[in-house]
Parts: sequence; structure tokens; C-alpha cells
Amino acid sequence: MPTAKQRLTLAAAAIATAALALAAASQAALAQPRTDLVVGMALEPPHLDPSAGAAGAIKEVTYANLFEPLLRVDADGRLVPGLAERWSVSEDGLTYRFSLRPNAKFHDGTTADSADVKFTLDRARAAESVNAQKAYFAPIAQVETPDPQTAVVTLSRPDGLFLFHMASGDAAIVAPESAATNKQKPVGTGPFKFDRWVAGDRVVLVRNPDYDGAKPKIDRVTFRFISDPAAQVAALKAGDIDAFTLFSTYEALPEFRNDPNFTVMVGSTEGETLLSTNNARKPFDDVRVRRAMAHAIDRQTLIEGVLYGNGVAIGSHFPPHREGYVDLTGLYPYDPARAKALLAEAGYPNGFDTTLRLPPPPYARRGGELVAAMLAEVGIRAKIEPVEWAAWLEKTFKGKDYDLTMIAHTEPLDIDIYARPDYYFNYRSERFNALNDELNRTQDPAKRNALYGEEQRLLAEDAVNGFLFMLPSVTVQKANLSGMWVNRPVQANDVTGVSWK
Amino acid sequence: MLAFLLRRLVSLTVTVWLATIVVFTVLQLVPGDPALLMLGINAQPDTLAALRSQMGLDQPILTRYLHWAGGLARGDLGVSLTYARPVADLVAERLAVTLPLSLLSLVLSTMLALPLGLLAAARRGRGSDWAVLGFAQLGVSMPSFWIAILLILLFSLTLHWFPAGGFPGWSAGVGPALQALVLPALALAVPEAAILARVTRTAVLDTLGEDHIRTARAKGVGRMAVLLRHALPNALIPVATVLGLQISFLVAGAVVVENVFTLPGLGRLLYQAIGQRDLIVVQGVVVLLALFVVLVNALVDIACALADPRPPATGNGGAS
Repeated sequence: MPTAKQRLTLAAAAIATAALALAAASQAALAQPRTDLVVGMALEPPHLDPSAGAAGAIKEVTYANLFEPLLRVDADGRLVPGLAERWSVSEDGLTYRFSLRPNAKFHDGTTADSADVKFTLDRARAAESVNAQKAYFAPIAQVETPDPQTAVVTLSRPDGLFLFHMASGDAAIVAPESAATNKQKPVGTGPFKFDRWVAGDRVVLVRNPDYDGAKPKIDRVTFRFISDPAAQVAALKAGDIDAFTLFSTYEALPEFRNDPNFTVMVGSTEGETLLSTNNARKPFDDVRVRRAMAHAIDRQTLIEGVLYGNGVAIGSHFPPHREGYVDLTGLYPYDPARAKALLAEAGYPNGFDTTLRLPPPPYARRGGELVAAMLAEVGIRAKIEPVEWAAWLEKTFKGKDYDLTMIAHTEPLDIDIYARPDYYFNYRSERFNALNDELNRTQDPAKRNALYGEEQRLLAEDAVNGFLFMLPSVTVQKANLSGMWVNRPVQANDVTGVSWK
Repeated sequence: MLAFLLRRLVSLTVTVWLATIVVFTVLQLVPGDPALLMLGINAQPDTLAALRSQMGLDQPILTRYLHWAGGLARGDLGVSLTYARPVADLVAERLAVTLPLSLLSLVLSTMLALPLGLLAAARRGRGSDWAVLGFAQLGVSMPSFWIAILLILLFSLTLHWFPAGGFPGWSAGVGPALQALVLPALALAVPEAAILARVTRTAVLDTLGEDHIRTARAKGVGRMAVLLRHALPNALIPVATVLGLQISFLVAGAVVVENVFTLPGLGRLLYQAIGQRDLIVVQGVVVLLALFVVLVNALVDIACALADPRPPATGNGGAS
């Protein structure tokens, strides 16, 4: 019989052996580079059909990973082959010829050919279409399919952005067999296919073994949805999440920057953040009042306060990272005295009362407080009215019943919204409309950029809205991860090029 | 008795029916268009109209109410506007998180509270008694979401034993799913256990002072046996009463803790559905909750009526 002391020693030895074995096992696991990836996002997509919803989260899960449009936008914002490996445009800009990948297949095994392209485009422009960007498809006159690998799209009018629009998530190619069920069981042609969705928590995609193009290095990607800022930080620090994209808990960034286990990447989205102004309502129908507001806002302080310095100021409705950008941030330097003078000139020497309505995103709630304080300095007393998203859309956007509001316009290359007759800015300019028409007729990149420049200048001179800053694309990720996008030229979390070092 | 049951059934049905009218009307008054929310700020009027008709929102209000209420009567909760899935499936999926969470915390709090309460009672006035009372005081004072944050800090961020939140789903296996529920259940259980431990201690001390205990001791029954076989069973009655009261608190607390741990429970489903103006889901969940409360109340009433030894009051209950 062993004594108590011997028994204790034996037990200790047994535990030590077990611990060593465990440690060895985890060492072995560490030696193998990981092949899975967990990406954190703040919002959960309502469903997974990018052709039937505007929620950015739908595209952030599916774009390029699961669904492919004819063309894709890459990390640098360039157009690259998607389901179409080649394309050509006729001289008059009216006929587009797309050559599809010969061996492309949907995840359910059906072939992906020109009939699917025709189905997708016709569905998106049909009378009963629920495509959030139906306007993208409006110029299409007809879609022909001379052979299974070729789709020929004829437009009724030239559209300089047509290819760009055909590369958006809204134009993802879907099959007639699965289109009706894509919301819950998405079937695309991409390098990843749908595995499962734990509603409220995560969507899991796995590598598509039958993909006909370059296969991704990651064999499984899990998108986890965490809206609570503290929970986002905790999940990253606990190692539950490998990368968090569009991270907006900016105050936590110094902590991650100081931690060698993490890398923080700050790029740009396509989101021009505006102090949207009701141009039809007094006193904002007076350009002097709008210019006074532009002089009253100190963008650098705003960027410090809202984004903790992680943002770029804008002077018009165009992102600085795109070709054709004109820097107009110097047009209305921060100058409260000048603002007051302009207000007096417009007949408001004592300022006026107004309402600033704020939707839920943190940049708006936090930024709105700062903007209101800056406006108060020059005598514009803005009452803050926080509203939830549904109410904002209903009253502000659709009802156009507002004075001022703060919102980021995240659609890429969306300067044409200023030409829309019923848009909530209530801005009407014959000159801008003419420029926009000309832009639509123009294919030549240099001429297009010149026209974009003129549009930006016009909007800045008219001070249509308060042009504040670009919403940053902040990614916090593990230091040994590579290939995540720095910028967000389209709404996407394209993980096809991601790998572990 | 039959008349009593019938009366309860009628009042139950009327209450739930009134609840459907209230929730439906309130949701019509709140601003927000589910189609616009779905299609966003670039949607064209014709697209919005197409989606509204797809969602059935182009029908007159009364038709929509009758359609929905008719479905309810047949046990059909309808199809979610945003998720495009049957509401019954969504609710079942979320209950698969909320119910095990509440149950687990109930078990944990009982397992913590009973031994602690017994220990304190058995060693009244000594160090371990004071330790238990101290724990109870602390546990009662700390809200569960705060405990949740402390638990994440220790077990997830420092020790890496448990995930800091999220739920892999039961399809990922019972192990990982339970692992995701341990910390939230513990966070919920600690305040409940604190209350329960104090109640147990008091109840056991009360019983220990009674005559039959003295008799048992006089017969030579050992200290431990007296405590477990004679005192505890009698003390369990007040403990069970408090435990019953705590169940409703557990469900309410679960919503808060679900948020800290980002667990996809019923509370978060309702919260998200309101934000997205998913009218069908909000209506369905609210009516289900109303039904649950009304049913529990009715069951309690019936149980009391059955347990009451006195003859039924004359005048309105004479038929039984």
C-alpha cells in the first residue's frame, strides 16, 4: 500500500504528464498554419440575397466570396474579371459583350452560363424586381445569349458607370433554380459556398472544392455578428475573432496598436459623411447660410472627436482616393467670424433656431453633438433629435421633412444623387444635371474625371451639404494574418486572398 | 370546478385577443416602412411598391389584421418580413438558447445556494457562516451584467478557458454549445444563488429550532443526519417558493446577459425585429409572451383553487 505521500506524488506525476501531453498536442497544432478564419462584423445581414436588399452586411458576407457578378472590384477599386473572364464595349458605348468562364458552376452543380446572366439581368430590371439598385439595370434594352459562354447586353442609352454597376453585389449572377431560396440558402458561383447560419450569431462559408478559378487558401470562414462595442473588443482580445472589419470602437484603437499580437489598418470606405441640409427649407435655401455653416464647422476637431483622428476631411461629395478627386477642403476654412458675417448678410445677425436629426450610427450621434456645438458658436441653435433608423428613413429620407441631419452616403461613386429630382437634399441645379448627363454619355476616363471635377466644384460652391469626412475602414486583425482589404471600394469582406503567415 | 375552468379559458382567450389588437395597432402607428428599410436609400418607388406587395403591406389594415389573426388562430405565426422565414422557426431557434440558459442558471444557482445555506446554518455565527453571508451580500449587490463583464475578463481574456461571447449553435455539438452558455449562466446564477442561500440559511435555522428536531437529537440521531434528513426537507418549502419567483427574473435577466455575451436569444430577436420593423416577428413574439404570462397566471389560479381545502364560495361558483 502506498502511503498518502506516495499517492500524492503519483497523482502529481500523472497530472504533470497529462499537462505535458496537452502542451505537446497544442504545440503540434500551432506548427500547422491555420486554414480557417473568423471575421467579426457589427451588423447581421437580414438575409443573404444581395439582389434583394440594401443592407451592407449582405454584401459583406457574400460579395466575391459566395456570389460573383460579371466583373469584380478588387482591393484597390479596379475592375477585374468575375464570372466574365473578358469583356468588350462597342464604339458607341451601347453594346457590351461578356465572355464567361467556360467551366463555371453554381454550388448546386448546375452550370453557370449566359442563360443565367440573362435571367439575372432581366429579373433585376423586371416590373416586380425588388433589387435595391434597380436603377443600375435601367439602361439595359436587351440581353442576348448567342452561345452559352457569351452574353451580349445592349443599352438604350450610354452609361459610363455600367461596367462599374455590373461589378456591384446587386448584380451578382444567380440561377433560376435557386434565386427564390437565396435569402436563406444562397447558391452562387464563388470560391466559397454556404455552410450554415446560426441566426443572430454567425454565418459559416466553406471552400468550394469545385471552383474553376484560383482556390482560396482559407478553407472555412466564419462571419460573427457582434454589435456591442465592449463585446467586440472582448472577442478580439480573447482570440475568438481573427479580424474585425469596419471597426467603429475607435477609442479602443490605441490599445490594439500597442499590442504586438494585433495589427490595425486604417483605410477609407466610399462613405462621404455629410451634414445633409434641406436646400428647399428656409433659411437653408440661401446659399450664404449654407456657406456660413461650412465656415462654422472645424472638420479636424470633428475628425478628432468622432473618429479619434482616423479620418480624412472632404470638401465635396467625392472620395479622395478615387481618380478625378479635386481637393476642395480649403474652400471654406474654419472661420467663425466669417460665418457670422455671412449669416448677418443673409439677414440672420442673431442666428436662428433649427433641428438636427441624428440616426443611430455612432459617427452621427457623436458627430452631431460636436456639429451642434460648432454651429452654436456662430449663433445657429440646433436642437438635437436622435431617431432610430426606421424613423430616419421614413421622415427624413422619404418624407424630406427635416432641417439638418448627419449621415454617411456609402454607395460608391454616387455623386449622381445630386441630379435626382426627388432626393432628400431638395437640391436643384440645371448646371449639375447637364454635367451629369454629359458624364453618362462619356466613356473616356480623362474626360470623365474632368467632368467629375466640375461636379465636385459646383457642389462645393453651392455648399449643398456640409461636407465633413470620409468614413474610415478600420480593420483590427491578428498580426499574422495577411490579405484583408485595407480600403473598402465596395461593400465587401473579400477573403479570397487571405492567408496566415 | 368546470365552470371555473371555462371562465378562466374565456378570460384567457379574450386577454390574448386584446393583446393582438394592441400590438398590431401600436405597430401601425410607429413610423417606419419595412420595405424602405430593406431596400435602402437608393430604392426606386416602383421597387418599393413591388416589395410592399410581396410583403402584403399594400393590403388595407383590416385585411392585414384579419389575415394575421386568422393565421394565429390556426397556430400559424406567419413569415418574417426581413428574414423571409416562418416566425415559429425563428422563435424555436432562439428559445433553444434562452431556455437552456435559464435552466442552466437555475440549476447552477440551486447547486450553489443549497450547500452554502446549509453550511451557514450548521455553523451559525462562525467564520464559514460569515463568509456565506458576505458572499450573499456581495452577490445581491452586483447586477448580473457586471458579473458577466468580470467573468469575461477573468475566464476569457486572461485564462482563455471560455469564449468571450457568441453561440456556435447546437449543430456544432453539445460541448461547444454548453461551453458558450457556462459563463452567461454563471453570471445569471450568482445573484440568484445569493438570495437563495440566505433564504435556505434562514429556513434551516427556523426548522432547527422546532420540536421534532429536538426529539430527533434526543433519540441520538447524528448532527449531519438531522440536518439533511429532518431539517432540510422542511426548509425546502420556502426555498422552492422563492425559486419559483426567481424564474421570471431569470428570463428577464437573460435578455440583458444575452446582450453582454451576444447570445442569439429571444430577447435579441425581439430587439432586432423592432429595429428592422419586422412587424410579423414583433407581433408574433409579443403575443407569445402575452400568452405565456396569461397561461402561467391561469395555472397558478387553478392550482390555488385545487389546493384550497375550503368549499368554493357560494353565489357564482355553485355549479362545481
